[in-house]
Amino acid sequence: MQRIHATIAVSAFALLAMTLTTATPARAQTEIQWWHAMSGANNETVENLAKEFNATQTEFKVVPVYKGTYPETLNAGIAAFRARQPPHIIQVFDVGTGVMMGARSAIKPVADVLKEAGQNFDKSNYLSGIVSYYSAADGTMLSFPFNSSSPILYYNKASFRKAGLDPEAPPKTWPETFEAAKKIKASGQSCGMTTTWPTWIHLENFSAWNNLPYATGENGLTTLTPELKINSPLNIRHFQTLAELQKDGTFQYGGRTSEAKSKFLSGECAMMPESSGGIGDMVKAGMDFGTGNLPYYPEATGAPQNTIPGGASLWVFAGKPAADYKGVAQFFTFLSTTEVQSRLHQVSGYLPATMAAYEATKKSGFYEKNPGREIPIQQMMGKAPTENSKGVRLVNMPQVRDIQNEEIEALLNGKQDAKTALDNAVRRSNAAILEAAKAYQ
Amino acid sequence: MSRRVVFPNRVLPYLLLAPQVAITLVFFFWPAFQAVRQSLYRDDPFGFSSRFVGLANFELVLSDPNYINSLKVTVIFSLSVAVLALVAALLLAVMADRVVRGKRIYQTLLIWPYAVAPAIAGMLWLFLFSPAMGTLAVMLRDTGYDWNPLLNGDQAMAMVVGAAAWKQISYNFLFFLAGLQAIPKSLIEAAAIDGAGPAKRFWTIVFPLLSPTSFFLLVVNTVYAFFDTFGIIHAVTGGGPARATETLVYKVYNDGFVNLNLGASSAQSVILMAIVITLTVIQFKYVERRVHYA
Repeated sequence: MQRIHATIAVSAFALLAMTLTTATPARAQTEIQWWHAMSGANNETVENLAKEFNATQTEFKVVPVYKGTYPETLNAGIAAFRARQPPHIIQVFDVGTGVMMGARSAIKPVADVLKEAGQNFDKSNYLSGIVSYYSAADGTMLSFPFNSSSPILYYNKASFRKAGLDPEAPPKTWPETFEAAKKIKASGQSCGMTTTWPTWIHLENFSAWNNLPYATGENGLTTLTPELKINSPLNIRHFQTLAELQKDGTFQYGGRTSEAKSKFLSGECAMMPESSGGIGDMVKAGMDFGTGNLPYYPEATGAPQNTIPGGASLWVFAGKPAADYKGVAQFFTFLSTTEVQSRLHQVSGYLPATMAAYEATKKSGFYEKNPGREIPIQQMMGKAPTENSKGVRLVNMPQVRDIQNEEIEALLNGKQDAKTALDNAVRRSNAAILEAAKAYQ
Repeated sequence: MSRRVVFPNRVLPYLLLAPQVAITLVFFFWPAFQAVRQSLYRDDPFGFSSRFVGLANFELVLSDPNYINSLKVTVIFSLSVAVLALVAALLLAVMADRVVRGKRIYQTLLIWPYAVAPAIAGMLWLFLFSPAMGTLAVMLRDTGYDWNPLLNGDQAMAMVVGAAAWKQISYNFLFFLAGLQAIPKSLIEAAAIDGAGPAKRFWTIVFPLLSPTSFFLLVVNTVYAFFDTFGIIHAVTGGGPARATETLVYKVYNDGFVNLNLGASSAQSVILMAIVITLTVIQFKYVERRVHYA
């Protein structure tokens, strides 16, 4: 009995000693909390970035915390803010951009963070297409473009060969893509094409890429209550074609986010528009695939215009001690270095955030060795954005995407035609936007 | 004889009750009060502005065709899950009760699924029936059946009902088995001597004597289908396609945590609370009295 007591006492003491040593750091470091939503290989990248930054200096310690999926991370951030305990940095997905911008007093613009800390900040160093998306109407850069992506077309070269198509010449337009899908189906494959992210690719980027308005007020950039314009004749034609191809399996719906990837990776579907950030999985699967630009409609004036960024950016919460922001600024400067940016771009398929990183990657001959990897940058940067292609900003974007997904699903299931589906989506989205905007007025 | 226990000390009973009361206050009454309060306000997600809007949130929710749809989905889902889980469990329990060899093994194996967490159960079913990679989905499609729960709402519903019922069968099985074993063998033997076959014995003796168990399970299963199936729906369908599997509880989550409309979400919670209170009152006041407790 006594021995047990002794053991307990010893272990309790050991525990206490451990807590004491871990609780007292060697130096008085300021911790910078970074909440993110990166899982798998991307999570390792985040951990490594923090480790590398922490090794470069001793004053600050960046602590990355995985908070679940993108929506879960955003909600955790909002809940923490309401409880007055927000992290310093939070990663927010493209769809949450409007939510964050609607809460200007909750956040501290990244441009201010960098300037106040005396860091060398020049907006023109960053890729313009991305920066304009994460900027306020007056041009202030609000968030740091951490991982941006652009949708591109992935295709299975083996299926192309089998169908008698040129495996080195992916279809450039939607009509060509649909023709190719039909030929692949006719060659005996069960599915010609699928798609990930129907709303991001076939509505938001579809409008920007074909230079069509997505919503009034520069797609919501200049107004809190924009009205959607996604029921134009070209929008209707596109979805009507998809619905018809769905009937015989030439096109196969795969889900609202990136679930359809498994249909492409398994070889079931031969073509798939997907985020450029998804390239890692295709490489890992070891399949013989090619990439092409996101298809467009040749009859649309100005098409192809430019795509709008997906992915996520880093936001800084307001209300922290000034000294902490110095650390945040140093970290962002570290992230912006050409070396870090080039590496992130080449490993993950996400876009580089700075021009210098793009140039360096170009010079290193990376794009010659990896054909197709420059496509997403060219898509985003090829042309100066018009008011149709700067970006889409709605205070309740997640809700609007839900509504659109519901109508698209009912359309592809044969319950309604494309015109009804898009008209419904516009009507319901507009009502939801008006309702959500009330909270901000 | 009175069964009431009388404490000589006047303070002690309250002290003994205090922990339970404190827990109930903190974890039940306080959140419930918050929900009621929140349902009368319209907030922006970050909580900068909070405006009193009276019953506007309730008006919004009750005039929303999606809410009515979600109510229908919940009724269909709960009834299907309860009926399926009860019938299957009763069948299995009757058979497991009759089997002679390896009785223990069958009984143990049948209880296993209960230990599986809802989200995991959902994932298992998703792996079996996902149109892209599911083993059973591929077999179904090979037979020529157009299996596509990603677009077909009825198929998606069948999938979540299947997963939710599968998980609950073990629980029901356990109670039915205990109920069956409590029925005096002499009653059944007497009926057998009088010439009643197995079916007749089941319907005239076993089934009526199981009615308290069945009633208890019906309530538990309905509550389970209402509130504990969130994990399954979240993992398998996410409420889709086109809201075909969006139950009331899922809608509360979706409106509050995805669409960030806390007012409308709270109003729905309050309505749910009212539904549960009503169901409980009906259950204790009317239904329970008519059940024959042995």
